Amino acid sequence: MSYFFQIVVSGIVVGSIYALAALGLVLVYKSSRVANFAHGQIIAAGAFITFFLTVRLGVPIFFSFLASMFITFFLAMSVERIFLRRLIGEPIISVIMVTIGLASIFDGLIYLTPFGSENFSFPAFLPTESIVVGGVSISWTQLVGVIITFVLIGCFSWFFKKSTVGISMRAVSDDQFGAMSVGISVPRVFALAWATAGLSAAAAGCIIGNITGLNFETLHAFGIVVFPVVILGGLDSILGAVVAGIIMGLIQQFASGYLDGNFGLNGTGDVMPYIILLIILLFKPHGLFGIHEIERV
Amino acid sequence: MAQLNISDVTLSFGGLKALSHVDMTIEPGLITSIIGPNGAGKTSMLNCISGFYHPTKGKILYKDKDLSHASPHQVSTMGIARAFQNLELFSGLSVLDNLLLARHQNLTYSLFHAAVFFGKASRVEAENRKFVEDIIDFMELEPFRKNQVGNLSYGIQKKVEVARALTLDPEILLLDEPMAGMNIQEKEDIVRFVMDIQKERSVTVVLVEHDLGVVMDISDRIYVLDFGEVIGSGTPEQVSNNPKVIEAYIGED
Repeated sequence: MSYFFQIVVSGIVVGSIYALAALGLVLVYKSSRVANFAHGQIIAAGAFITFFLTVRLGVPIFFSFLASMFITFFLAMSVERIFLRRLIGEPIISVIMVTIGLASIFDGLIYLTPFGSENFSFPAFLPTESIVVGGVSISWTQLVGVIITFVLIGCFSWFFKKSTVGISMRAVSDDQFGAMSVGISVPRVFALAWATAGLSAAAAGCIIGNITGLNFETLHAFGIVVFPVVILGGLDSILGAVVAGIIMGLIQQFASGYLDGNFGLNGTGDVMPYIILLIILLFKPHGLFGIHEIERV
Repeated sequence: MAQLNISDVTLSFGGLKALSHVDMTIEPGLITSIIGPNGAGKTSMLNCISGFYHPTKGKILYKDKDLSHASPHQVSTMGIARAFQNLELFSGLSVLDNLLLARHQNLTYSLFHAAVFFGKASRVEAENRKFVEDIIDFMELEPFRKNQVGNLSYGIQKKVEVARALTLDPEILLLDEPMAGMNIQEKEDIVRFVMDIQKERSVTVVLVEHDLGVVMDISDRIYVLDFGEVIGSGTPEQVSNNPKVIEAYIGED
């Protein structure tokens, strides 16, 4: 039985990280209806900035964590300002092509630095022994990562629900002309959505980097891996991203824990989430928490 | 002095001239209507005033401020509000939230006051609430305060659209076909509201409307557009006797 709970725990750990990584995609999609294919690169950049500040410049890890969130906030904001602002009102497919282009430019830039090819790991700053409760173990890094993730997601949901800026963001995603007519600056809202997405990407990058080690391939793959999570959650719902993230994490861990090695199966952990995603979308095409818009004819 | 001075405004999209050399003056406190056949440039004119389009040539002066390059969110905070022809409401939010959202764009208290929610912040918030509730009363929307806008009938949504514009406490209200697609009773309702807005709230109204009966009844001034040009203007009587206007509406024989 402890094997079962162990899998539940690691499913939740993996899933909450998916949720945090998916958050940035949701924020951008929610306000501007754009899928950002360069999100994984921003996640990686956030992790590497934290590493650079901590190891090379000797900044305490907590401060470099905050500093990296601060830097990616402005990095993502300038990406929006320089590349995407002019595309407001253009077909969504062109905007998506631009984000794909940006992804490969970022790839190129990061491959120029040592981070592109070598593996690094964060210095251990938490106790290395695991916490064991009733046969189920969780490492300090994982536990702290999960706690930070939930705190951040809580802050973001509060921000979206209650703050004036957050409500303006929702207004823009609901009706752009209406938003402009009541005095909301739509470009400013887009910039803020990208900036907060950048900030959450850095946080996700640091937490992933701490748990799995810093490897560019793994980190930027997260930008694509979380797409099923975002789609399952319904694309524009923060709560949806959290629930879908945890569902995906659990499916992945259960598949690799119970199926792999039995019945001649292998690597089911990578495939099962997609199979389940397809089945769920057959019955709920808008995702679990997506808004089903009924057009009045 | 005119409240809004539109001089020599031309708006072209490529070779197509939506407006050419349009001059209009909007006098404070009056209902000024813009009429004309379909495609005459009425909505384009409103779009130019509210900043959604920028005129290719010409000037739009609002109390000495040039609006010809202002963006929509700037215009709306200067005191010119607009209700759209096609509903542009936040359909996921309740009526109350739609209005509060509009009201909240002009918050004057600082982040510090907002954080402690004491003194200025709570006072301003209470005033905002009161203001929005007054508008809801005024537009007779009490039964729908908490309803999600997307679920309300078309006629009610049109009223919410007008209410949201009023929430910005405008000096000039631009109404783009507020009566389109309504039955006679709803039309009479809106006419009453438009007149009350002008009289009780002393708001200048600029009305774009197809229903000539209504326009002739309530307007103080009328401008007639045809193919982007002003072909007649004046009081309802002057306009209805203008041969050019009659020709545009009825056609030559």
